[in-house]
Amino acid sequence: MSLQGKIALVTGASRGIGQAIALELAGMGVTVIGTATSDSGAEAITAYLKEAGNAGRGMRLEVTEEGACDGIVETITKEFGGIDILVNNAGITRDNLLMRMKDEEWDALFATNLRPIYKLSKAVMRGMMKSRWGRIINITSVVGAIGNAGQTNYSAAKAAMFGFTKSLAKEVGSRGVTVNAVAPGFIDTDMTKGLPEEQKAKLVENIALGRLGLPQDIADAVGFLASDKAGYITGCTLHVNGGMFMN
Amino acid sequence: MEQIEQRVKKIVAEQLGVPETDVKTESSFVNDLGADSLDTVELVMALEEEFECEIPDEEAEKITTVQQAIDYVSAHLK
Repeated sequence: MSLQGKIALVTGASRGIGQAIALELAGMGVTVIGTATSDSGAEAITAYLKEAGNAGRGMRLEVTEEGACDGIVETITKEFGGIDILVNNAGITRDNLLMRMKDEEWDALFATNLRPIYKLSKAVMRGMMKSRWGRIINITSVVGAIGNAGQTNYSAAKAAMFGFTKSLAKEVGSRGVTVNAVAPGFIDTDMTKGLPEEQKAKLVENIALGRLGLPQDIADAVGFLASDKAGYITGCTLHVNGGMFMN
Repeated sequence: MEQIEQRVKKIVAEQLGVPETDVKTESSFVNDLGADSLDTVELVMALEEEFECEIPDEEAEKITTVQQAIDYVSAHLK
């Protein structure tokens, strides 16, 4: 599944799922640009990409800053060429019961997790349409499909990505651009490390495969969707959750 | 001026996949030349490149005929 010479932008690539995706694509011959919210995070990305022998690098991107999404696409296009693969992975959680949810928690979630997929997809679309080839892969979550107490904001934003994915897939399919989503289940990352052991054990009981997922499980799915082998798949959500939810 | 008209018509024909002879100045991209909304977006992109200009979204939406494209380019060409 070689994608030699293609250029990918992976947001939120400093650790966890994003890092695994960046390295997976790098292994497929893709020049990868990974983003982090801090300069040190961007440097760390540059370091691991270099170690993997990749020509790409890390860049700082604070998605909520005005003009930042357009700016980074412009920078990458000038430095590396047009972006062929966009992986919208960056995301935050601001968990709270709805009864205690603060406006800032609700708003920050949508500003960070949802608005940038619109901004970045729009910014890369010109190049993808021109080259008649493109891949947009949105990392959503199983909780967007099944819900989770304490995550009304997170699950609402993740569910919104399903609709975005399908609509954009219909808009640009005729130009050779596919738009898909990957919905991870419970993956062993920093985001889920904070959960109490007891709660984790309970979660695993509901996973058919009896274990938490690994970042690589998600990266494999993204690598497949980015490849030419997935050229006839669009508007689809690939659930990678060990069987905790079956669509 | 004539040269702009020819260049615009050529791009319209190429982008929409219609014979250049079908492209009249009064032709509407959607009604006469069979373009869909995404075709018109691409057409504007092609015009921007040919004439090395940037057409803002709110202006681009007003360009629906060959004549309007010619007018816009003529008025904004450096």
